[in-house]
Amino acid sequence: MTPATVGHGDGGVPGVVIVDDHVMFRAGVRAELGERVVVLGEACDVDSAVRVIEAPRPDVVLLDVHLPGGGGREVLRRVGAELPQVRFLALSVSDAAEDVIGVIRAGARGYVTKTITGDDLADAVRRIADGDAVFSPRLAGFVLDAFAGSVVPGDIAEDLDRLSQREREVMRLIARGYAYKEVAKQLFISVKTVETHVSAVLRKLQLSNRHELARWASDRRLL
Amino acid sequence: MLAGVAAGLAEHLRVDVRVVRLVFVLLALAGGSGLVAYAAFWVVVPVQPGGPRSAGDSRRELIALASLVALGLGLALALQGLGLGLSASLTAPVLLAGTGVALLWRQADDSQRERLLQSASAMTSRPSRLLRTVAGVVLVVLGGVLLVATRTRLADLRDALVAATVVLVGLALITGPFVLRLVRELGVERAERIRVQERAEIAAHLHDSVLHTLALIQRNCESPREVARLARAQERELRAWLYRPDAGSETTLSGALGGLVGQVEDAHGVSVELVCVGDAPLDERVGTLLQAAREALVNAATHARGPISVYAEVEPGGVTVFVRDRGPGFDLGLVPPDRMGVRGSILGRMRRNGGAAALRSDSETGTEVELSMPFGGREQA
Repeated sequence: MTPATVGHGDGGVPGVVIVDDHVMFRAGVRAELGERVVVLGEACDVDSAVRVIEAPRPDVVLLDVHLPGGGGREVLRRVGAELPQVRFLALSVSDAAEDVIGVIRAGARGYVTKTITGDDLADAVRRIADGDAVFSPRLAGFVLDAFAGSVVPGDIAEDLDRLSQREREVMRLIARGYAYKEVAKQLFISVKTVETHVSAVLRKLQLSNRHELARWASDRRLL
Repeated sequence: MLAGVAAGLAEHLRVDVRVVRLVFVLLALAGGSGLVAYAAFWVVVPVQPGGPRSAGDSRRELIALASLVALGLGLALALQGLGLGLSASLTAPVLLAGTGVALLWRQADDSQRERLLQSASAMTSRPSRLLRTVAGVVLVVLGGVLLVATRTRLADLRDALVAATVVLVGLALITGPFVLRLVRELGVERAERIRVQERAEIAAHLHDSVLHTLALIQRNCESPREVARLARAQERELRAWLYRPDAGSETTLSGALGGLVGQVEDAHGVSVELVCVGDAPLDERVGTLLQAAREALVNAATHARGPISVYAEVEPGGVTVFVRDRGPGFDLGLVPPDRMGVRGSILGRMRRNGGAAALRSDSETGTEVELSMPFGGREQA
């Protein structure tokens, strides 16, 4: 489980850009992450975020969901497609299904709440930099809710609109507060396999065009 | 019956409404002063909000309208009978105009009532109000024209109509800007007033909640645990206020679990991550499940360190709740049999009510309590 060394950070440390409109929060994240990342830049709204991301090309962007100028979704829309090597981790206080699902479907590879501890955040950044997906318990809960009643047996479901039995088990354990390592132990599979399952679910979440997903999210707007 | 005048007076004077009506009728018969008094009261006396007339169902409206028409007819017939009445050619126009006037005035009466009540139905009845206004105006104009037409030749009538129209248009042109400005200012003022009220409400809420919490946090700044607890409680409260205005209605599993988690967080100064998938209405069995979950949560909060996870899933077959902590863990076999906490409150309670409980614990991953309760199908254990 050594992180693949990618990007700009020296000695395999991921290069990060922090996008958030609260100065205090940016300072807090910077202090918490400390030596574990190299902060390449900060931005406080959509326009400055686009500038900062395009210039130093970070490995991971910590992206606030609610930003002046259109929110995290707008940043993803403007740079996500051009710079596929830059990966986005969404941070939010809102926890509203519409926001979370919205930013994931716009291209973020993970979602965590702002109350996350420094250690967990550093872990999440490393995971995102490695190309994996990061699901918080709440996001896993949203996935289970949105894909409810459409599970196919087996390990992998090719169908974008449904979860496989295994994927569902992984999501349930994450929703119960299990770390990837604990999920792996519980299901007698490797951490790598857990990561594969989570990435598959992320892909379904992003690519599935079943209309229930959008409707589900807007129904659950208030949380 | 007509405009509620008699009822209002009766309430004011604390006498039977029938007595007041009788007095009105007697006065009306004795020279018509009752009618005048009634009309005067109608115009002058303010409508009491939520009063007897507020039950404005359409049947009452119809009755009122019918009595109005009957009153008009009666009045006309009475005058006719007294000999000082109008000729037949006059009666029709007067009746027409009278009905129109009545419609318009009742309209004013209604709108006043609706504004006082500020009821939502005031919005929905707008088209019908417009219809009544148009009908009233048409009737009055028609009545007026007919009145004039019976007395004059057609050519004169045309001239008179043209003249009247010119005067009316002139009046409209002169007063139009004033009226428009008045209406616009009224709208702006109303919007402003609503904004100010809204602001005051938000300010009051923030003052009562957030400012107080911030003050408490400053006073408790040397105790991180207390600060975290205060911040967490305030966050929960503010979130509920912002996103769930109808909070407090804990009639579903997820709502009740949210309340439960809040209580435990407050009482024990821990942070609990709650994830609910699906929802179910509260019934006896779900209530039992909640009690057991509460016990598990309190155990986790007292013995465990670090964050606690609660996950509830509603499936077609039943409800499952997981309560997980990262504490040191314990072995149920080593717990003395007289300790009732886990055995009685959680395992036993679930089993007695047709559910099941399982407990997994080790020193590495902490403790997890799994509670499941099937829907329907009683006494399975």
